[in-house]
Amino acid sequence: MPRMRMNQAISAAIADEMRSDPDVIVLGEDIAVAEGPFKTSAGLLDEFGPLRVRDTPISEMGFLGAAVGAAATGLRPVVEIMFVEFLGVALDQLSTEGAKFHYLSGGLVKVPLTVRASVGAGLGFGTQHSQTLESWVVGTPGLKLAVASGPANAYGLMRAAIRDDNPVVVLEPRRLYAQREEVTVGEEGIIALGTARQAVSGDAATVVALGSTVGAATEAAAAASWSADVIDLQSLQPWDKEMVYESVARTGRLVTVEENPLSGGWGADIVAAVASDLFGELKAPPLRITAPDVPVPFGKELEERYMPSSTYVGEQVIELLDTGRVPPPWWQREEITP
Amino acid sequence: MSTPLERRQALQQDRRVRYERMVEIRALENKVQDLFDEGLVHGTTHLCLGQEAVAVGVAAAARTTDQVTCTYRGHGVALALGLTPVQLLGEILGREAGSIGGIGGSMHLCDPEIGLMPTFAIVGAGIPVAAGAALTAQVRGTDDAAIAVFGDGSTNIGAFHEALNLAAIWKLPVVFVCENNQYGEYSRIDLTTPVDDIACRAESYAIPSAIVDGQDPDAVAEAVSGALDQARGGSGPTLLELKTYRYAGHSRADTAPYRPEGEFERWYEKDPIVNFGRQLVDEGVLGDDGIEEVQAAVDARIDAAVELVLASAPAPVEAMFANVLAP
Repeated sequence: MPRMRMNQAISAAIADEMRSDPDVIVLGEDIAVAEGPFKTSAGLLDEFGPLRVRDTPISEMGFLGAAVGAAATGLRPVVEIMFVEFLGVALDQLSTEGAKFHYLSGGLVKVPLTVRASVGAGLGFGTQHSQTLESWVVGTPGLKLAVASGPANAYGLMRAAIRDDNPVVVLEPRRLYAQREEVTVGEEGIIALGTARQAVSGDAATVVALGSTVGAATEAAAAASWSADVIDLQSLQPWDKEMVYESVARTGRLVTVEENPLSGGWGADIVAAVASDLFGELKAPPLRITAPDVPVPFGKELEERYMPSSTYVGEQVIELLDTGRVPPPWWQREEITP
Repeated sequence: MSTPLERRQALQQDRRVRYERMVEIRALENKVQDLFDEGLVHGTTHLCLGQEAVAVGVAAAARTTDQVTCTYRGHGVALALGLTPVQLLGEILGREAGSIGGIGGSMHLCDPEIGLMPTFAIVGAGIPVAAGAALTAQVRGTDDAAIAVFGDGSTNIGAFHEALNLAAIWKLPVVFVCENNQYGEYSRIDLTTPVDDIACRAESYAIPSAIVDGQDPDAVAEAVSGALDQARGGSGPTLLELKTYRYAGHSRADTAPYRPEGEFERWYEKDPIVNFGRQLVDEGVLGDDGIEEVQAAVDARIDAAVELVLASAPAPVEAMFANVLAP
């Protein structure tokens, strides 16, 4: 099993799909000659040439729209959106065009499109380049959404996304690009969309994490006096209800750990579903650990506070276990906001 | 009853059929307005009355393996490409007989067999998608091409400019067909657009352009054919501006009271159906009674289509849940 950084795993996944299917092409800003600003398309231009690996103008509406058209007519484009915020100028093409073609063609037009975007805080890119923005994608029928939490699932989810006959968004927490781990490559490494992964086993709570927060949740569990299941959701649309429900039915407690602001975060859906369907199994109210309802700040210390740390996750979970109540978030605890 | 593919092939081969198809488009659009006024059309309609020559000229020039994107004012383009009146009216009335089973409505038509990509209800959205269809042809090395049909209003949205730029740098086999009907929704073009001719916008992207009489189906077909030849030959995209006129208002019950007096009458002198019909009679393609015969045949066809569609069941509830995702 090769040891790879997450950006290498992404390049490897795309290359493997390009080798097995000549219809796979790659588009994006600075992805060909420069191999991507985060080196997530290393070696692709050399191996597959300029017909299939293309630098685009800074023109997301144009090239994402072209990717939708190419996908609808038989290619399997993989599009890089350098920072997920740039998806904003092209969202029509993803949510209102690409996501609807299958529906609006009576099933005759498929859109096997993969949209990759780097997300998240932690590297000091500032307010307009540090959001996670899953909320822009969930709630749109016709789209799938996966989020990588490290090299192995970045590889496996990417290959599944490229093979899928639907538009799939794959979000890549930017601060994990340099993280290394052993990666199962080849067919065995492919991870079915919609399946979660149990990262840690325990019995006192079910901690559901996604992308960048998987690390914080796992570290918190390793350091804690409590023992919990830590579930790396991996896919958000659809999400693995079966694994989450099985775990919550056993532990009786649900915690979500999210990098996004509290309001409108992905955890709200998980909590709502569990509260409705497993109310009788719960020993405590569900707890959402999130960032505050503020834009991502720039200063290093502030940015670190913004993201839920493993220490903070540990503290919140232990309080939930001790009191049976949802503890206030740190910004209320410190009386910064009411 | 002819299939969409047969209808398309007939139109490509025979100018008489092109005339008949224009008459069909007009008769069907008038019928849609009647059905709307009777309260039978749920939602909205955007009629292309007056723009029939654009639709027919484009369909005559394109191969059935070329991909066409068009707008929510797309009944004419869809019929010209080959969609049947039953498929179109079925969709407009939300019936199972519709081209996608009645879940799309007036703005959402589709038939991949004749190159009609899902039509676009978002202004300008189909323009980059057509560039993408052309990208497929380029990557696969076929000599198919794509055509984006869009209105003058969409040349002020970013998608138009980004698509032209992308197609220009990649020399994509796509033809950009702007049907300039003088109005973007309720606003006259000079209130929204600082240039007199949309065609000049091609200069910014270093691609060729032409202004074409959009009321003459022969002129449209010739211009689109020429641009398609260039595209297939690797010379890249062309922007064609087809000057035409929207006889109806923007949608629904809009009667276009904002139109200057006399404007409609001036454009009606160039009416594509009257003039092309006269031309075909002069050429002997249509006999002396040819115009009446075509009209009678078309009226009968539309009446039969309406009857068939009204007898077709509304889309069943299962249709709502089908095809959200590909399996």
